[in-house]
Amino acid sequence: MTTRLATYAATALLAATMLAGPACAYTVYVSNEKDNTVTLIDTATLEVIKTVDVGNRPRGITISLDGKHLFVCTSDDDTVQVYDAKTMELLYDLPSGPDPELFVLAPDGKHLYIANEDDALVTVVDVESRKMVAEIPVGVEPEGMGVSPDGKFVVNTSETTNMAHIIDTASHEIVENVLVDSRPRFAEFTPDGKELWVSSEIGGTVSVIDMATRQITTKVEFEIAGVAKDAIQPVGVRISKDGKKALVALGPSNRVAVVDTASKQVEKYLLVGQRVWQLAYTPDGKLGFSTNGNSNDVSVIDMETMEVTKSIPVGGLPWGVVVSPD
Amino acid sequence: MSGFVPHGGGRGVTGWLVCLGGIVWREALRFVHQKERFLSALVRPLVWLFIFAAGFRAVLGVSIEPPYQTYVLYEVYVTPGLVAMIQLFNGMQSSLSMVYDRETGTMRTLLVSPYPRWYLLSSKLTAGVVVSIFQVYAFLAIAWFWEIRPPWIGYLTVLPALVLSGLMLGALGLVLSSLIRQLENFAGVMNFVIFPMFFASSALYPLWRVREGSVLLYDICRFNPFTYAVDLIRFALYGQFNPFAFAVVAGTAALFLTIAIVAYDPSRGMMMRRGGGAG
Repeated sequence: MTTRLATYAATALLAATMLAGPACAYTVYVSNEKDNTVTLIDTATLEVIKTVDVGNRPRGITISLDGKHLFVCTSDDDTVQVYDAKTMELLYDLPSGPDPELFVLAPDGKHLYIANEDDALVTVVDVESRKMVAEIPVGVEPEGMGVSPDGKFVVNTSETTNMAHIIDTASHEIVENVLVDSRPRFAEFTPDGKELWVSSEIGGTVSVIDMATRQITTKVEFEIAGVAKDAIQPVGVRISKDGKKALVALGPSNRVAVVDTASKQVEKYLLVGQRVWQLAYTPDGKLGFSTNGNSNDVSVIDMETMEVTKSIPVGGLPWGVVVSPD
Repeated sequence: MSGFVPHGGGRGVTGWLVCLGGIVWREALRFVHQKERFLSALVRPLVWLFIFAAGFRAVLGVSIEPPYQTYVLYEVYVTPGLVAMIQLFNGMQSSLSMVYDRETGTMRTLLVSPYPRWYLLSSKLTAGVVVSIFQVYAFLAIAWFWEIRPPWIGYLTVLPALVLSGLMLGALGLVLSSLIRQLENFAGVMNFVIFPMFFASSALYPLWRVREGSVLLYDICRFNPFTYAVDLIRFALYGQFNPFAFAVVAGTAALFLTIAIVAYDPSRGMMMRRGGGAG
């Protein structure tokens, strides 16, 4: 009995050592809304590499497919700044329309779809020619932006109109408006493109929309023991690389929900920092990152054990996060 | 009780070990036979964990302190404190048993042993520590199912910390037992030792949080050796070593043990003056 226990313990130790081994090193970029900076974190050491100044009120952040260019929505400068992702030198600005908040890069990497919060517009920008291609009128206070894996549809959520606007990327026309719960913040497609997940901050739900029928099939609800219902405000949603789990950032409840994408059931809540906002994964799907606005840090989630392993202090009001590609 | 008399009259290493074994065995037997004691030793921290901690899930706020690398739920924070609480109660319990032994006369049997007084007391102390460590691991096993899961290595690295903090709290119990003449006075120990030690420490709240409430209380907590026993266990449970806590706990343990040995010394101890049963 003792021998067997010892063997188990030894095996567990060995497994733990192997799991803890160094993963591929990626760089995590975090936009700090209050400090007007971007913080770079190394995923191998989970230490801050450096923090650099950027334009005013950086929020949405994404990276080119080859990992060379970092795009930052500098909302108060009414532009999208493009940085060399390695040196963090400012290369040029892209036209964005006023007050860009969030954006999404098309899967082919050629177009940026930008939500202009003040003007009820989605601006389409050609990344190569650096020109504005189209402006699409949407609902009031557009924010969340998602793109289907095949690049045929982009989705914008408008916080005041409470709709997810499904836009055909070829015609730049809205093909469907889906009414969701109050204050939709974020839109994310499943990797197979069949479902669209939309979070509602005030409604406290995530609506799952079937892309074939464009109808809501399920609403994921959240309940955390000991946390007031109105503190549970779903914001960022990211579906894991393998498509099996969805992480939902629940704002001032300081929790990230782990949702099984097949059953749409919440499996657990992970304790992170205060006012958790956006999420990102490493390309190998092993680590997740959450920006915690009020506690000024980023929590690291081990996607295999689904546990928070570390919280890393960054700049003031961390908002958006993106990880460099392979 | 044959264990207390060295066989064949020799006082070699075997004899010393037989003596130690006898005392540990007696303590273990006493512990096993008192099922209620084992149960209450386990139920007490579990009540704290399941009921008290459940109401405080979100109170810890933003500051992350070593050894933790990220935010922890209150029940995770309070677990090392409850482990130290088990050892604190166990130390007091063995001091209670010393008083009991003295009242019933069992202590005479122990003290007529040819081995030196300090050795008998240390053996008695070791016995108490062994028992407390069993209690702690039983508690940690149950806590594991309550999703309090330190790294596996932590279960190993916490062992030396448990030995040391157990020695400190057990030695404190010995000192107290030399001062208490009757079993009835044990309630006083509860009120004047256990509760203040437990509450004015880092067991329930981190010290930065205590300081927000009261600087005086913060200073009291910093001078409470129990705080360092908790910290030593807290770090060790996460595979880390806290040298300052180690120094304080080791020093305090040595100090308490010295006082206990002096107090139990028949020629100059406090027991004689107090008319205790040893003479």
